[in-house]
Amino acid sequence: MHNATYLLLRRMRAPLIVLICVYAVSVLGFVLIPGQNNQGLPWHMDFFHAFYFVSFMGSTIGFGEIPFPFTDAQRLWATATIYTTVVAWLYAIGALLTNIQDPAFRAVVSRASFVRAVRRLRDPFYLVCGYGDTGSLLVRELADRNVAAVVIDIDPQRIPELETAGLPLLIPGLCADAADAASLLDAGLRHRYCHGVVAVTNDDQANLTVAITAKLLNPQLPVTCRAERQDTEANMASFGTDHIVNPFDTFADRFAMMFHSPSMHLIYEWLTGERHAPLKEFVEPPRGQWVLCGFGRFGKAVQRRLDFEGVQTTIVEADPERTDPPVGSVIGRGTEAVTLRQARVQKAAGIIAGTDNDANNLSILVTARDMNPRLFTVGRQNHWEHSTLFRTAGVDIVMQPATIIVRRVLSLLMTPMLAEFLRLARHQDDAWANRLVSRLSGIALERPPETWALELGMAEAPAVVEMLSAGTAVTVAQLCSDPRRREDALPCVPLLLVRHGQEMLLPEADTVLRADDRLLFCGRPEAYRLMSWNVRNYNRLNYVCTGVERPSGVLWQWLAGHKRH
Amino acid sequence: MNLEKVVFAFFIVLALTLNFGFFLGGFDNVNHHNAYELFAALVVSLIATVLKLGDRTHIGAVLLATSLVADLELALATVVWAATVYGAGAGLTPRLMGDIVGLSGGALLANLASVIILVTETVMVRR
Repeated sequence: MHNATYLLLRRMRAPLIVLICVYAVSVLGFVLIPGQNNQGLPWHMDFFHAFYFVSFMGSTIGFGEIPFPFTDAQRLWATATIYTTVVAWLYAIGALLTNIQDPAFRAVVSRASFVRAVRRLRDPFYLVCGYGDTGSLLVRELADRNVAAVVIDIDPQRIPELETAGLPLLIPGLCADAADAASLLDAGLRHRYCHGVVAVTNDDQANLTVAITAKLLNPQLPVTCRAERQDTEANMASFGTDHIVNPFDTFADRFAMMFHSPSMHLIYEWLTGERHAPLKEFVEPPRGQWVLCGFGRFGKAVQRRLDFEGVQTTIVEADPERTDPPVGSVIGRGTEAVTLRQARVQKAAGIIAGTDNDANNLSILVTARDMNPRLFTVGRQNHWEHSTLFRTAGVDIVMQPATIIVRRVLSLLMTPMLAEFLRLARHQDDAWANRLVSRLSGIALERPPETWALELGMAEAPAVVEMLSAGTAVTVAQLCSDPRRREDALPCVPLLLVRHGQEMLLPEADTVLRADDRLLFCGRPEAYRLMSWNVRNYNRLNYVCTGVERPSGVLWQWLAGHKRH
Repeated sequence: MNLEKVVFAFFIVLALTLNFGFFLGGFDNVNHHNAYELFAALVVSLIATVLKLGDRTHIGAVLLATSLVADLELALATVVWAATVYGAGAGLTPRLMGDIVGLSGGALLANLASVIILVTETVMVRR
């Protein structure tokens, strides 16, 4: 028995006792009150008949006065008991219904069913804390990749959204404080299929508590956290949080990359794009003077990176006491033309609206564009609901913290090799990036490409292992050939090859593979499916490598052997 | 003083004593056993059971079990009584009374077990 049953039984004690007492008194009354039989002789009702009579009378059916017509004394008692039994029944049924409807009871019931649903999970899942803009997007992207999740959110309105989101997998959700260790344990922190904890609530302190709880209760579990403040980040890192994602730093990093190498930025955007988003186009922000409105955490991160890229910024800040902008900054919100003129927006190349208020950001961008129509606009969008507004306003680059965090978390969780590749790619020059972009464009993408890792071991690539141990060389190009017609190459690009900890960026087509190599590819989804065929089916791989269709049955193999001799 | 414990102790001891009152007498002597006492024993035993509903402690669960046993046997005794006397119209024979008293004796043991558990628990609490 679980909590809910105990609670219900405990609360039903009083109504049940009232019901028993009313029945006992009524029955006893009928037994004691003298009656008459059909011959007019004195007669006492026995317990059996009294219980029978009270039972049907109490449930208001009423079969009449049996076995003999009642005397007036009996009728008087019957009148009294009709009312008391009905009241007792109403009280009992009412109490039962009230208890079932009671929010506390329902919370206990839904928690119990959540715990059961989590316990029943038999596929790898991630524990996602926070189902706001970021959490919901993350869970959707995970579900699209056929990865389950368990969600905890403190807001009672968000968990029902989980049911109406129409996700392809069953995602259990609990309305509770994620910072509470018991909730995390109920959500499967120690479940054997829990592959990681992702804390993406909008509260740094809650994320920090989740991280430390997870690290204490299950030290092996990888923990990924969102952090918006430097001190939280440092604190999280101090006890071994595996990945810390700061949306402002991540955006500033990517944004500065656009100045450094627009192609490199495009590679980042393509490889980490969401499933359903259209492919980003090539954008090159103009160099020159930029106006940066808002010098909070976001503004500071952007300013630092732009400074490094050699881009001059004029800062507009409303509250210089608190944020401490550099000397020469304009004081004001930036929503008025006066302030913008003071920041010389007419001569500026671009403007970044980076305050924490969406209405102000839109107002800044629209006002600035009125004053200088050629202005390149960058807006920070704090809330998901305002997407349409930002799109309609024609903002060149929109910074959505949710999207940024989700992309980063996904690349860290789903393909750790991708994060590795992106880290290595950063150090390459613009020409390298241009070449890769043209190669990626060559495989005709309309949607962000899929990226997948492949380890040449028995588990993932048995055919390749068999082929290699037989002494036949297998090259990267052969893996990327169409198993139906080997002259055709699959629409994919090999991005990275890792061999004994040594990394090879964009391995050449004729690179000979070895067992236990790890490879990262990106390309169209069908390329992934066909490549799985290559690496798992020995006959397919043999065809791709040698061009010979090997007979698969024993008889045909024997016949083929005879022909050869 | 815990009022919940006092109330439960009252009902469980009352159930035991009422049942004992019914049980006392010649085993198959119809005149020694009173229907009122059986009725009272059953009602009090039912109340004692309800008082233990939803108790999460181990002792509470055991008490619920023993009083359920008592309810079951007392209810069976009344059903046997009603079924043979009114259902079959056989009348109250000494043999039948032997069966009924036997069942109430079983319930008596269950009630006794409840009281022993209750007394043990009370003695363990040194307050």
